[in-house]
Amino acid sequence: MAEPRELTPLQLDALREVGNIGSGNAAVALSSMVDKKVMLSVPRASLVPLVKVSDLVGGAETPVAGVYLHITGDASGSMLLLLEERSAFELAKLMVSTDPSAPLSTIEQSALQEAGSILAGSYLNALSQMTSLLLRPSVPGFALDMAGAIIDFILIEISQSEDYVLVIETEFDVSAHKIKGHLILFPDLGSLGVILGRLGVSA
Amino acid sequence: MPEEIVGVGVAEYYVTHNPKVLASYGLGSCVAIALYDEAKRIGGLAHIMLPDSRAISRGGRAGRFADTAIRAMVEEMVRLGARRNRITARIAGGAQMFTIPGASNPANVPGPSPGMNIGERNVESTKKTLAELKIPLLGEDTGGNYGRTMFFDVSTGKITITSIRHGTREL
Repeated sequence: MAEPRELTPLQLDALREVGNIGSGNAAVALSSMVDKKVMLSVPRASLVPLVKVSDLVGGAETPVAGVYLHITGDASGSMLLLLEERSAFELAKLMVSTDPSAPLSTIEQSALQEAGSILAGSYLNALSQMTSLLLRPSVPGFALDMAGAIIDFILIEISQSEDYVLVIETEFDVSAHKIKGHLILFPDLGSLGVILGRLGVSA
Repeated sequence: MPEEIVGVGVAEYYVTHNPKVLASYGLGSCVAIALYDEAKRIGGLAHIMLPDSRAISRGGRAGRFADTAIRAMVEEMVRLGARRNRITARIAGGAQMFTIPGASNPANVPGPSPGMNIGERNVESTKKTLAELKIPLLGEDTGGNYGRTMFFDVSTGKITITSIRHGTREL
């Protein structure tokens, strides 16, 4: 059995601060992309059992657009931009002029992929500066599908022998354009020690 | 009519001899494995995420791996009165949701066939374990690049696969 790992309140606070600074930077990028104000929720940082991860975004069968980036470098993990289906259309429409009634075209998908890349890049830049860790995002992957199907691959990558994952999650809302989504950082549990060390809250 | 749907989440499995509907929602690279003794109406559903428990030093729970989940379900079904040689299998999932160089085939997942993507490896390992236990595979809806949900009605043996992008089918 995997032993449950404990994080102290201080460590969870530090990880929440990672979410704060990362998503704050990403929100600035998103705001300049859509030219509107972006509201952020207070980030969540917690160890979540595998079976509960898709509940964070409304359940395993919720249709979502997901942009996924793999992180390598001094610490590894995954970054996921999840947009409710409608929000994905709204965001794509703002970036490339399109037919709103048609399904997402290749160009719109690329636009969303690019948006994900920019948001994840800003997030990771902030995190890099905060921790002096080199974090390299991969090219973005895109899928429009059930949330569970998009997330399970990430769970496979980051939780080899644990029954839970560390999730740092922020919700954002561009109410002027009815765009809502989640920005989620999944640090590999193997990299957690490195990150906590740099944040000055080692065990 | 069965009235209760039991959700079987990531890395879980569930075995029953009651007329329930078992469901695994939003399968991507994961594989849902339904085992059934039709004569006794005893069924089990697993939602596995990794191919092989033997390749990983700290194993974790049985439902996580294809090999251990199948064996654990067979044992529980036999305990409830199923006969080993009557058990059949149907499976779904094992998709590749993203194609990203270096990431769609996580190098950090140990085990056989490291060259294939993780969905394919989950399917391969599932079939290998079924063959070892001489459990016939009666149907599958696997691979591709899209998510699926499996519903398994233990009272009738009916299996329905739903998806957002590729409709609904029976196995």
